Amino acid sequence: MRFKVIGMVAALALAVTACESTSESGAGASGSGGAGVTPLPAAEPLPLKDQFVVDVGDRVFFSFDRFDVEPDQKKVLDRQAAWLKKFSSVTVTVEGHADERGTREYNLALGERRANAVKEYLIYLGIDAKRIKTVSYGEERPVALGSDEAAWAQNRRAVTIVTGPGS
Amino acid sequence: MTIRAMYMPEKFTLKTLAPLVALLAVVALLGEMRTARAEITIDITRGNVEPLPIAVTDFVGQSATASRAGQDIAGVIAANLERSGLFKPIDRKAFIQSAGALNALPRFGDWRVINAQALVQGRTEVVSDGRLRVEFRLWDVFSEQQMIGLAYFTVPDNWRRVAHIISDAIYKRITGEDGYFDTRIVYVSEQPKDAKGVGRNKLNPFGKRLAIMDQDGENHRFLTDGTTLVLTPRFSPTLQEITYMSYFRNNPRVYIFNIDTGRQEVLGDFPGMTFAPRFSPDGKKIIMSMAKDGNSEIYVMDLRTRVVRQLTFHSAIDTSPSFAPDANQVVFNSDRGGSQQLYVMDNRGKNVRRISFGNGRYATPVWSPRGDLIAFTKLSGGRFFIGVMKPDGSGERLLAEDFKIEGPTWSPNGRVLIFYRKGRTAKDGSGGASKLWSIDLTGHNEREIPTPMDASDPAWSPLIP
Repeated sequence: MRFKVIGMVAALALAVTACESTSESGAGASGSGGAGVTPLPAAEPLPLKDQFVVDVGDRVFFSFDRFDVEPDQKKVLDRQAAWLKKFSSVTVTVEGHADERGTREYNLALGERRANAVKEYLIYLGIDAKRIKTVSYGEERPVALGSDEAAWAQNRRAVTIVTGPGS
Repeated sequence: MTIRAMYMPEKFTLKTLAPLVALLAVVALLGEMRTARAEITIDITRGNVEPLPIAVTDFVGQSATASRAGQDIAGVIAANLERSGLFKPIDRKAFIQSAGALNALPRFGDWRVINAQALVQGRTEVVSDGRLRVEFRLWDVFSEQQMIGLAYFTVPDNWRRVAHIISDAIYKRITGEDGYFDTRIVYVSEQPKDAKGVGRNKLNPFGKRLAIMDQDGENHRFLTDGTTLVLTPRFSPTLQEITYMSYFRNNPRVYIFNIDTGRQEVLGDFPGMTFAPRFSPDGKKIIMSMAKDGNSEIYVMDLRTRVVRQLTFHSAIDTSPSFAPDANQVVFNSDRGGSQQLYVMDNRGKNVRRISFGNGRYATPVWSPRGDLIAFTKLSGGRFFIGVMKPDGSGERLLAEDFKIEGPTWSPNGRVLIFYRKGRTAKDGSGGASKLWSIDLTGHNEREIPTPMDASDPAWSPLIP
């Protein structure tokens, strides 16, 4: 707890830029996890983190104000668990998100619940808890724009990001 | 900083104002209160009051500097009073007696003719040490009595603050309650979708930055540069510090920003996300949520001893805590009953009781500085509302409604709320503008507060000490 001074704003910039690898690289991918991505020639295999997005599917979706992983979404997490067993050195961060139809602070807590629900399910499927971090972004990083149910459904999500060492 | 008394022709009292930024005003009451009570009053507890017609004349100065300051001060006072919704400044083109001629006693008949009920006159002067001397008098036009007279010394650059202090004095003399003009607002500035420039990166897609300004939108400045996502700033009672949430290094945690030094310091060393911070009324503690393993609980941290106490122990989402002004109770929202509702507990986490029972979800409660009400955000039927209720949950009143409005914050006198309103976003990302709005506790006088860019998460300061 004795975190001391963080310093001035300028110093923040550098440090944050260095962290971009943890952000959601598959933001453009739809719920099916990779439709429309052009396969690259076999000679140039995708980095692991991109393989994960394309071959496995990086995200699950939630109902309004819910954080339980629904049956049709579990298939995605089953594939994620199988893949993580295959690439056993890979670590991930699960990012939890909410739509804009809640209050900001509650949505931070809700995003945390969603990320944790995915983590718990992956642990249940045999993945070591130490390989999985979680972070909540609440409603702060929508992937779909538009104030309608179609966009909100896309934004109520938990996205698994490969953070290391595979890429 | 020096305090200097001034010669008063009549009986006077001396008051001093503590400085905000290395400057000081000396206050002296000019003249004698000849009336025990003012004839003109405004009852601000009523619903839609008829604004009081008031004539705010240019403060008269002999030098160019003093004259300019006098006009500027009068302009700010008139604008403050008008914005309160309780006063109606009279168009100066209607004035019969010139401001210069007011140096003698007002010709009250000239002011009655134009239906002014109150008259504000003043003088400005740059004195020998370079400071600005500002005096003003408030007159009851019908009884022909002086209601208040005050004088201030300050550095000339500080004329705007003097105008706010005078506005508060006028407001208090006529309404009987403290004003709220000498205050600031901290909030989160956002970049509209197509904005260029600083901010707006992948980690902070809306370019959110902390910003601070006077309550009227002036003296605006940014406190952070937009590389890091920041949320929910709140003032300490001293105004020297702001607590907020930052995603610095992608670790969402509660921070403290020191306004004087610009330093940002993470609060504590918690194993999970900390968020939803607010200072205790004495500024010595911060109450907030910490999320661990998916569960959010409320904690309070003593800023000196760094001792942390957990107040809630429940698998539900417990967040958005706010102390009562006496610090004995805390209001927060929780979904422990199945949906998001407001609860009150004592400051040790005991005696938890639900206070909201209407249709819908209740969120972001904040206790009025007067202690008599709790403001909240309500979600019902796909709409958002700003409302208030008594601390026992009775007397719920909804003041504003829209697609998305959230995050009320109280004026220090507990009479006005500021919140933010966000519009609908189109598929292409256009629209969705977010702005700050104020509304009287009566539900009247809703107004936008101008900001350079989009704005959210407002927090209103106490009166500047």
